[in-house]
Amino acid sequence: MIQIDNLNFGYKKDKLLFNNMSMKLSPGHIYGLLGKNGAGKSSLLKNMAGLVYAQSGSLSVMGFDPAKRQPGLLAQICFIPEELYLPSVKIDSYVKANAPFYKDFDHAYLSTLLAEFDIPANNKLVNMSYGQKKKFVIAFGLATQAKFIIMDEPTNGLDIPSKAQFRKIMASALTEERVIIISTHQVRDLDNLIDTIIILDDSKVALHASIDQITDKLCFKNIRNLDETVIYSEPSLSGYNALLPNYHQEDSRLDIELLFNAVITDKEKLKPIFN
Amino acid sequence: MEFRDNKAIYLQIAEYVCEHILLGKWKADEKVPSVRELAVELEVNPNTVMRTYELLQNKDILSNKRGIGFFIAEQAVKNVKNYRKVQFMDEELPVFFRSLYLLEIGFEELQNRYQSFVKETFTNP
Repeated sequence: MIQIDNLNFGYKKDKLLFNNMSMKLSPGHIYGLLGKNGAGKSSLLKNMAGLVYAQSGSLSVMGFDPAKRQPGLLAQICFIPEELYLPSVKIDSYVKANAPFYKDFDHAYLSTLLAEFDIPANNKLVNMSYGQKKKFVIAFGLATQAKFIIMDEPTNGLDIPSKAQFRKIMASALTEERVIIISTHQVRDLDNLIDTIIILDDSKVALHASIDQITDKLCFKNIRNLDETVIYSEPSLSGYNALLPNYHQEDSRLDIELLFNAVITDKEKLKPIFN
Repeated sequence: MEFRDNKAIYLQIAEYVCEHILLGKWKADEKVPSVRELAVELEVNPNTVMRTYELLQNKDILSNKRGIGFFIAEQAVKNVKNYRKVQFMDEELPVFFRSLYLLEIGFEELQNRYQSFVKETFTNP
């Protein structure tokens, strides 16, 4: 559904943020986009939504070139940015002005989501707290019924009950026709929601694998002593949290933070395992 | 539901379903929550729940009636016991034995504890 080939992109001509980047996203999945600060997570999402333009390479989103910003595609994209700029109007007028751009807009679903998120209906959007604004934008975005959902740090600013609410809403929002991609640093918020992980590092995709593929090849466990089979480890209370090749077909639980640190520290060690 | 740290989520969800069956909350031939319903309840990716349901279908614990949903299989209780027993023997018992050995706990003490545990936990006054 989304195909990126040899994408070159940078904000300055002499400094590329993405160098010949390629990836493919298929419907029915929630992708977790991870990377250090400045790795280009938001820039990649903006490329996909047609908000910035690549120097070269090709990008196809549901058959469209997002850079052309055709209405047929824009009606199918829900983009939740990290920084929000909302007009000084109440929810009603915002919905009245913006919902008509989406032919399948589901008003009943919007009301349900607003109630679940506990968002006051009569306040002006600008006067709401950051978390409330964020929840409103998420609710509106999902109610558009768009097929391509892009979220940049969606759980930032959400209070504790809202995070659980968000996970429930996202679990129900994933359909077989939808692609959901979420960039985040708060991996613990989204741990069990993501089914495929994409890690950006050094202007490239350092890892792109489903959780099943990862836990098929790697084993995450707590061990008392380190040995030469350990790929990466971090000290813990009872020894080490370690990443090992999955020699014994164990079904361990993926530790995204450990995997991320392993990839960032030593990409070369993991490459042969996934190729 | 609280997920533990070390075990794959789809297996932890399988345990959750199995426990519901053993405790009689979900009975033979009853429909279980849909993949989406359980995913929402547990706040996990629906693909993960799907993997759980496929695993339990292979173990003849759930049966898939196309277009209707997943149901508790007729022999579910028996099959859950077999499945969980193998898991218990392979995974939990070695940890338990290790503690027994290190703490020098005898089988007699253990048996008394076990009997009063069963009495307190599983018999209704």
